[in-house]
Amino acid sequence: MSLLSIQNLDLSIHGKAILKGVSLDIAEGEIVAVTGESGSGKSLTAFSVMQLLPRGTETSGSIKLNDQELLNAPEHDMCKLRGNDIGMIFQEPMTALNPLKTIGDQVMETILLHTDTSRADALIRAKDILSRVGLPPETYKLSRFPHELSGGQRQRVVIAMAIALRPRLLIADEPTTALDVTTQAQILELLKDLVQDFGLGLLMITHDLAVVSDMADRIVVMRHGEVVETGETRALFANMQHPYTKALFAASSHEVDLPQAPVPDDALLVLKDVVRDYPKPRTRLFAPREYHRAVNGVSFTLNQGERIGLVGESGCGKSTLTRAILGLEPLQGGAITAFGQKVGPDMPAALRSGLQVVFQDPYGSFNPRHKVARIITEPFHLMPTPPTGEERQKRIAEALLAVGLHPDDANKYIHAFSGGQRQRIAIARALIIRPDVIIFDEAVSALDVSIRAQILDLIAELTQSHDLSYLFISHDLSVVRTITDRVLVMKDGEIVEDGPTRQVFDAPRHPYTASLIAAAPTLPDMKANADVSA
Amino acid sequence: MKSRNLIIGALLSALFIAAALISFVWTPFDVAQMNIPAKLQTPNGTNWLGTDHFGRDIFSMIMVGARTSIAVALVAVGIGMGVGVPLGLAAAARQGSLLDEIIMRGNDLVFAFPSLVIAILITAVFGPGAINAIIAIGIFNIPVFARLTRGAALPLWQREFIMAARVAGKGRTRISLEHILPNVTNLLIVQGTIQFSLGILAEAGLSYVGLGAQPPLPSWGRMLADAQTMVSFAPHLALIPGSAIILTVLGLNLMGDGLRDLLDPRIRVERT
Amino acid sequence: MLRYSLKRLLSLVISLIIASLVIFLVIEVAPGDPASFMLGLNAQEDTLNALREELGLNQSKLERYLTWTFGMLQGDFGTSYTYRTPVAQMVADRLWVSLPLAFYALALSTLIAFPAGIYAASRRGAPGDVAVMGATQLGVAIPNFWFAMMLVLVFAINLRWFSAGGFPGWEDGLFVGLKALTLPAIALALPQAAILARVMRSSLLDILNEDFIRTARAKGLTRRQALWRHALRNALIPVLTIIGLQFSFLLAGSIIIEQVFYLPGLGRLVFQSISQRDLIVVESVVMLLVFAVIVVNFIVDLAYAFVDPRLRSRT
Repeated sequence: MSLLSIQNLDLSIHGKAILKGVSLDIAEGEIVAVTGESGSGKSLTAFSVMQLLPRGTETSGSIKLNDQELLNAPEHDMCKLRGNDIGMIFQEPMTALNPLKTIGDQVMETILLHTDTSRADALIRAKDILSRVGLPPETYKLSRFPHELSGGQRQRVVIAMAIALRPRLLIADEPTTALDVTTQAQILELLKDLVQDFGLGLLMITHDLAVVSDMADRIVVMRHGEVVETGETRALFANMQHPYTKALFAASSHEVDLPQAPVPDDALLVLKDVVRDYPKPRTRLFAPREYHRAVNGVSFTLNQGERIGLVGESGCGKSTLTRAILGLEPLQGGAITAFGQKVGPDMPAALRSGLQVVFQDPYGSFNPRHKVARIITEPFHLMPTPPTGEERQKRIAEALLAVGLHPDDANKYIHAFSGGQRQRIAIARALIIRPDVIIFDEAVSALDVSIRAQILDLIAELTQSHDLSYLFISHDLSVVRTITDRVLVMKDGEIVEDGPTRQVFDAPRHPYTASLIAAAPTLPDMKANADVSA
Repeated sequence: MKSRNLIIGALLSALFIAAALISFVWTPFDVAQMNIPAKLQTPNGTNWLGTDHFGRDIFSMIMVGARTSIAVALVAVGIGMGVGVPLGLAAAARQGSLLDEIIMRGNDLVFAFPSLVIAILITAVFGPGAINAIIAIGIFNIPVFARLTRGAALPLWQREFIMAARVAGKGRTRISLEHILPNVTNLLIVQGTIQFSLGILAEAGLSYVGLGAQPPLPSWGRMLADAQTMVSFAPHLALIPGSAIILTVLGLNLMGDGLRDLLDPRIRVERT
Repeated sequence: MLRYSLKRLLSLVISLIIASLVIFLVIEVAPGDPASFMLGLNAQEDTLNALREELGLNQSKLERYLTWTFGMLQGDFGTSYTYRTPVAQMVADRLWVSLPLAFYALALSTLIAFPAGIYAASRRGAPGDVAVMGATQLGVAIPNFWFAMMLVLVFAINLRWFSAGGFPGWEDGLFVGLKALTLPAIALALPQAAILARVMRSSLLDILNEDFIRTARAKGLTRRQALWRHALRNALIPVLTIIGLQFSFLLAGSIIIEQVFYLPGLGRLVFQSISQRDLIVVESVVMLLVFAVIVVNFIVDLAYAFVDPRLRSRT
């Protein structure tokens, strides 16, 4: 008999149908992953089990934990179940903990709430459980506050709170999406261990098929609020039935056709021993300022026609380096030269025009009060005589057509466009001034896999048609692998490895690169699987 | 439902603004004209809102008083915005710089002088009057708008569209005007309405203690001051100007809330 | 924590120095010199000279500023020109009315606003919330001195529960004194309470939308438990700011309210001094008011660190 059984779950918010007839089962000790792109309703499915739903939600169907019906159960009963029989962990560890309470208090709260334990005993149990999730109290005192811990450590505290009473069911909503790959690998390992040790059922929500294939016993694929396919992980990957599953899988392991890298020509961008320090907050009132070295002696050259990737985990200094290359930040040492001239906050406008950028956030990259035409022509500011009238219209139309949009889109406001379309507009803005180098700063990281695949294809096409050179900054190894022909690996402000992409990925020389690649979850190789089943 | 506040608020505000404007060309009676035999009358057919202790028509005085209140509050908001918004934009454009530090410390300092204390200082030195009331309330409005603008502008400076503008070679002043200012106008409109209502309250208070508009200029605050000794036998002398103040302020506040709901529900106003 | 306190203390001292400079300079720009301003147009030349001597106008500005500030540090606020008594003594008597009134009003405002704000937030959108919010909307619009007049009309003149004004002093006991301050304190407190209740409500609603409230609910806390155990302390941070600001408004507001109730407080002293052109008293009382506001904001800053561990660990 299954531990959790969801049958024909319908859910609507203010009359808008979100989930349609969702059914799934989880047995004890089983990991079931629900996957799908944004808007598939996977997270709401999880919150339905907890009965923590937004106002105006209506549900029908059935959600049973063992034999107990949870759907529309009295709030009083649900409060007894939550934390006791069902634990939950969330996506964003940075905000999931109360900033004003110690981690010890927050873990003890779960215990004190559901049991008649004394504070002293609860403290002992909290220490045990924190040790179990990898935060031994000798190193991580219970009197610490959340802001004193890293994201991965906070996620461990959240897990400790969720499993403190050994619930039968654990729900994890994108538990590692906000974490770096190495931390992600550790958290996933911890979750697997807990499922094995405690025999609990794990309902895991994730958009990442690679994580799914590593973790789950069974997979549920959702789209637009419906389950399109479900099955045992290995079998499902080997024999996908639904076209959407196939498309999702294809997009996740999408490889672009990058044109042959031309023979390195003249150097466009040269970094030499670049150093960027940030002042730290003063530790004592009159103490001399201390500095944090965000970028430490970085040197590399981007030649005409090169497509370079820059990978590293959060805090490694890649964002700072990006801003320095764009001339937005002063340097404390070394030099960046673009097209033979020094880059900096005071560089001449004409030079800047050779270097453009595409940012990560499709929603934050544009002034919401401007129309597309005004947005994408902003770089014209860099030209001594910006095109006007007919010429301007022509350039706008060209740029929009190049990124697969219609010239008429120029007169619309940005809110009329989807995330993927916005990223196209961002690329159009970079292209319109015909730069030699484009910096892609996590340019596809916020997109769903299918959209991401399209944008990557677009970049590959433009490389061909516009003779682009670029620096592609990303934390996502699989993307960098396909879209670049040379890669730099950054750690603690330094470049630790630099080489041809394929070579670095296949035979990393630096141990850090090796650990990054090992930690990144990978999709099963379809062809290899097909061979096995044949 | 959402626009209900806005409609009620706008109607109330429009009523008093209209009264103020009409008072320039017409009032039922001359506000300066005394008529001692007809003093202290309660509302009736001739004097719609009664008469005061000199027999002056209260309805006419309320109309002209609206003019004073609205003019003082409006100009004070103008001073606050005109000085505060550029300061806030400048401080945000160079966060952490000496300029930012000076502007913010200056703001804290003005906050340490409540508008009444500023008014006391000014009147002690330059004598009482409507102009000095405007200056006192206006000075106090400056840090409100400066802080608000800076607070709203700082997160905008972190947004990628600002970085894109910087990559396009635009300077900080130009970015402030072209990208930051349009994105804080909603907030400024909403807060402006609230400061307008606070200005009316402040003007009434200053006039009440004799630091605001001076006779013969009618003002709601002074009508209340005059009413104080007679409140036990002629309560309408206090009730009518009081209601005028409350309804105007309520109208402006409702309008501010309604505008906020309409423009951007996430806006938080300061109301102190 | 110590570092943080010291840093705040330093900024308090700087604020005080700048505030005293501003006040000093404003008084300096009085038309003519302060002596002729105080004595008016028809003053005799020798009286003027005597006053100039007394005010130290023959000294340099810097010397006078330093004499004034160091005098205040030692409790010497100068001598009132009209009353010929030390300003310090006049102020001290009146502080015993104005300060208790401000604190009484602050206590009332907090006591009313907290429950009202929490109640409204916990019943968001329900009739109770709508009623409380409607009442606060009205409360914000009422001028406190007008409200004071209405209180007098109802509770003093008609019902005769309180006296209409005046202050018997604290000699007859705490109760008598407090009773005389009750109507003024209510008049001051209600409009401020309306503002504070609105801030409390919106701040709580913001916090209730935070991720960690969802985490708390996932542990099995009820909505109410999550509000009391997790949301309230977090919501207090913006509320504290407003309380700090409100104190300065209550202190200044008490100046007006003292006029309604004929209370012998600082406000009365200020208005008398203005009409008598006694700049020495005005200057010192204004400085004292500003001092009180700056000190209260310093205390609020310390309270922040008490509530928020993130501030404690930072400098």
